[in-house]
Amino acid sequence: MSPVKFEVVTPERKILEEEAESVIVPGTEGYLGVLPRHTPLLTTLKPGVVSYRKVGRETERLAVSGGFMEAGPDKVIILADTAELASEIDIERARRSRRRAEERLRERPPGLDVARAEAALARSLARLKAAGSD
Amino acid sequence: MPNIRDIKRRIQAIGNIQHVTRAMEMVAASKLRRVQNLVWAARPYAYKIAEVVGRLALAPQAREISLIVPREVSRVGYVLLTGDRGLCGAYNANLINRAAERLSREEHPAALIAVGGKGARYFSKRPVEILKYYESIGDEPDLFQARDLAREMVDFYLNGVLDEINLVYARFHSALRHEIKVERFLPVVTPSLKPTEEVDYIYEPDPGSMLEIILPRYCEMRVFQALLEAKASEHAARMVAMESATSNADEVIDQLTMSFNKARQAAITKEIVEIATSAEALRVRS
Repeated sequence: MSPVKFEVVTPERKILEEEAESVIVPGTEGYLGVLPRHTPLLTTLKPGVVSYRKVGRETERLAVSGGFMEAGPDKVIILADTAELASEIDIERARRSRRRAEERLRERPPGLDVARAEAALARSLARLKAAGSD
Repeated sequence: MPNIRDIKRRIQAIGNIQHVTRAMEMVAASKLRRVQNLVWAARPYAYKIAEVVGRLALAPQAREISLIVPREVSRVGYVLLTGDRGLCGAYNANLINRAAERLSREEHPAALIAVGGKGARYFSKRPVEILKYYESIGDEPDLFQARDLAREMVDFYLNGVLDEINLVYARFHSALRHEIKVERFLPVVTPSLKPTEEVDYIYEPDPGSMLEIILPRYCEMRVFQALLEAKASEHAARMVAMESATSNADEVIDQLTMSFNKARQAAITKEIVEIATSAEALRVRS
């Protein structure tokens, strides 16, 4: 099967453009895989790990912090709020922000923006998972 | 005849000015290059999100979303993006004039949101309500600024402070050309699709909920794009203005050098004539 053109773009830059055999993304309704010749699909994404396989190569991963994806028969494009390739992720920083978010959610200081803390936690977990160290 | 020493001093002074304008030109050129790269980097996302919003807006659920549905207008807002600083030719003046002209033609009560010091200072002395004022966007706008700005505008719209919001900014074409645009920001005008692009899509979740998620991002992106385009245009305008200032200085220096030489020659001639006359007088006496 001919591969799909796979693109990830953020408002600030194009993160990657590759020929991919398969793509797995964190949809808001759950993770889903996209193969070539997929029917047109538009879905929102939650923070998580996107993995894709380049033609004849092994799987690569990147972390996204939400956004959406448009899939078509020969093209998959992800519009992410932010996205980082596994190799670009600062593991120490992600660990710190995970600890911070967990502490906040445990202690529940007054005036805590729970949704925001949960989103921060989800983002840091996605980064750690993409970087292969959780 | 102008004094030789005065002319010399002026040549020197203009030479100093030229150093400054040339330096400013080069600074503007490098800033332009950086912002231009940001503009280009932002375009793929901007085009794609516009296309997606256009497609989603065809769904019937879109007619229930307040950011899309126009309503009775009782107050219109204009967001004017100008620079904070001058020395960029007619850049700020053109934007201000365009905004002033639109405001004077506006049938509804209008309010201004001024982004950039120049626009704010001009309109603060005029009978226009300035709803909000932002300064120091900096030389390279970032996404966070755009986000804050977009959120504030969306709030103005949703809270009924403004029923329509327009952007007034300079769209960047090239270093020599930018174009002043007045564009509707809210309610969202959905980009129209080419008929061939209307494929049947699966939406997950449904188009209504997707719009709720995507529209705020679309608004942020519009603001981000406008900020970048405006900044690129400003740097380009400054670069061009400083370039012509530098070459004007060259011209002035040429002219002054000419008068300097004339004055010098006149002085020499005068001296020779004086010597010759006095020599002649001495000879006649003896």
